[in-house]
Amino acid sequence: MAALPPYASTGQKIWHYAYRAICAAIFFFLIAPILVIIPLSFNAENFFTFTPEMLRLDPEGYSLKHYRDFFGNPDWQVPLWNSLKIAPVATFLSVALGTLAAIGLSQPHVPFRRAIMATLISPMIVPLIISAAGMYFFYSRIGLQGTYWGVVLAHAALGIPFVIITVTATLVGFDRSLTRAAANLGAGPVRTFFKVQMPLILPGVVSGGLFAFITSFDEVVVVLFVGSAGQKTLPWQMFTGLREQISPTILAAATVLISISVVLLVTLEVLRRRSERLRGMSPG
Amino acid sequence: MTDSAMTPPKQPMAALPGGEVTEGPMLAADGTPLKASLKRALRREKLRALLLISPLLIFILVAFVAPIADMLFRSVENQIVSETLPRTVAALEADEALPEEAPGEEVFHALYTDLVIAEEYKVHTRLGSRLNYEMTGLSSLFRGTGRDVGRFDTDIYTDQFVEAEPALEDPVNWSNWMSEEEIRDALPLTADAWDAWTTLTVEANEDDPLEEDVADFVYTALYRDLANGAAPANFPDVDVSSFETVSIRALFEDSDEDWLDPEVWQVIQTYSPAYTDGYFLNSVDMMNGPGGDAQWRPDDEQIYLKLFWRTMWMSMAITFSCILLGYPIAYLLSTLPLRSANVLMILVLLPFWTSLLVRTSAWKVLLQQQGVINDTLVWIGIVSDANRLALINNATGTIIAMTHILLPFMILPLYSVMKTIPPSYVRAAKSMGANDWTAFWRVWFPLSIPGIGAGSILAFILSIGYYITPEIVGGTEGVFISNRIAYHISSSLNWGLAAALGSILLALVLVLYWLYDRIVGIDNVKLGG
Repeated sequence: MAALPPYASTGQKIWHYAYRAICAAIFFFLIAPILVIIPLSFNAENFFTFTPEMLRLDPEGYSLKHYRDFFGNPDWQVPLWNSLKIAPVATFLSVALGTLAAIGLSQPHVPFRRAIMATLISPMIVPLIISAAGMYFFYSRIGLQGTYWGVVLAHAALGIPFVIITVTATLVGFDRSLTRAAANLGAGPVRTFFKVQMPLILPGVVSGGLFAFITSFDEVVVVLFVGSAGQKTLPWQMFTGLREQISPTILAAATVLISISVVLLVTLEVLRRRSERLRGMSPG
Repeated sequence: MTDSAMTPPKQPMAALPGGEVTEGPMLAADGTPLKASLKRALRREKLRALLLISPLLIFILVAFVAPIADMLFRSVENQIVSETLPRTVAALEADEALPEEAPGEEVFHALYTDLVIAEEYKVHTRLGSRLNYEMTGLSSLFRGTGRDVGRFDTDIYTDQFVEAEPALEDPVNWSNWMSEEEIRDALPLTADAWDAWTTLTVEANEDDPLEEDVADFVYTALYRDLANGAAPANFPDVDVSSFETVSIRALFEDSDEDWLDPEVWQVIQTYSPAYTDGYFLNSVDMMNGPGGDAQWRPDDEQIYLKLFWRTMWMSMAITFSCILLGYPIAYLLSTLPLRSANVLMILVLLPFWTSLLVRTSAWKVLLQQQGVINDTLVWIGIVSDANRLALINNATGTIIAMTHILLPFMILPLYSVMKTIPPSYVRAAKSMGANDWTAFWRVWFPLSIPGIGAGSILAFILSIGYYITPEIVGGTEGVFISNRIAYHISSSLNWGLAAALGSILLALVLVLYWLYDRIVGIDNVKLGG
């Protein structure tokens, strides 16, 4: 498929280009819905489609008014800040507890490793609506429902599997003789951890943290049930907006979120390459 | 430092040639037998690993596993009937009138006491709503009679007692009598009613019982006790044989004649145990019929099996579209040179990383009647302006949007499997005379099947539990079982049913994951390529 050999028959040539066309169409399907949001968010009218002015590329057809609304309207700013207050704390919890546990899990002798692993991964396996229902019932019993800490705990639980998976994957390539060498040279376990182990597994920890952050930042089902109006997050606001009175400001919010995910994607890719270089593997 | 001292002994041990030790147990450096020393080291290592894991394990158990357990518990829990109507439930057990006719006076008397108390605590409507899930009309029955029950003509007992013995009017006297064991034993119904009344006066009304008029239901209970022949010492001797009486059963009938319907009572009886299979039966369109046998619900009330079935087939349709669209992409990516494949991979990863809400909003905007897709189709001339396609708020909308959302989950495992297929196999097949299609179909495709399996199970599992996207683009025709669960939690407040539906969905997902683990191995879950 890589390149067409010079001896290819006509049929092969046709298929080769047809196949590329099919793939291009699928890529279009994947990416177009996301890209189309961006120009639409600059619409000067309150429409969800391209106005004739926009199609003529008339500057009149474009405006920043939806962005002004997004950044000026408390309906959007309060949820944005709520998201920014919840996600970092939840991420910190997941990363701190998750990294410790991942290090424990990567020891050579761990009793009940499979059962423990299954329990720790379970928040990723169980459908969100079921987690949300269970948390709603249980957190109401213990008085956490509708509180900031309830949402933080719930989001931390949801982010943990990602931290566990990425950090254990990094630890697979970790050379354990390095910690022994450090100990041999007189470093205590804590010092060994921060000076030797941590720098090497840092890419895994950071990408796990990014996964946990995006899980919390993007999560809507659980917060919908566990949170109350005081914890309304950005995705929640978007969800309400989509369900009830859909306003084009949502497109501005979406564009902002797309920019964030592009930044995250690039960061992760850089981290992945660095981690593989550190482990002595070729990139890719 | 301690761990460095205990880990190394394993290495030399393994390196020792087997037969060299001849005399006595081998000793460690500190003189203890090596075997014991190694065992201790291993134990400490295990302990250390567990110590590192335990904070997270405890956290997950509290923040996640306990909620799931709570949900499973709620799907069978049914204490509301026996908690709200404890006397009625107990009296029903002794009553033999069911199932032919409504129970007798004893049960109605118990119900009267229970209902007066429940009405004071304002919990009878909750019980009504709970029983309404099982039989329509019970909610209004409880609400209506709850309003009437305080005005029942039972005050004739109060009046007659007070007339016969004025001392009976004073709550202080009552308090004294009711603190005596003998009187309590002789007047069980009265003692029970008195206790309930004092608790209720303090808790629900925040009054002092010693300053309030004793409630009618206490006198009614006293009448029944005395009519049953009780004659306690140190208690005013009142002859009740000449009392004017009133049938409580008839009072209930006056309030609502449904109380004499034996079916109503059967429902109460069926749901009086603390645990029930009722919610699960309801989840599969069944119910506990008269006599407690499971039976199908009437046709017009059967919705859940249809919904489960729709969730399944739509998830299959989504999974199938994902295979259809994902396979060519994964094939292209795995056969292209690494550099161009990595660039194209971004086109797969960008949607994967974009917020779910953003992608759902995009589809909501695109698929609308006045949206970009319909506008484009009209502009090209494929569709006339009057017949714009209905792409949203139906199953089509859900399938299109969900395919887009789950496609990366199909492409990534497919790609990682295809990367492991050596290209030389296809070249070998061709060199032996296979044409392009044969080489693909007989060599490449069979080798890529594990990837299809992994991707399909993953996409299917994710799809059957989806909530947000169907809720927004699915209308009424394109929603899944998850949407129904959410509806029961937040709108209909039938938490038991939500829990039962959730438990079934959870079981389904766990079975699928078990399959996934058997086929692919849970450890091979890859994130973002």
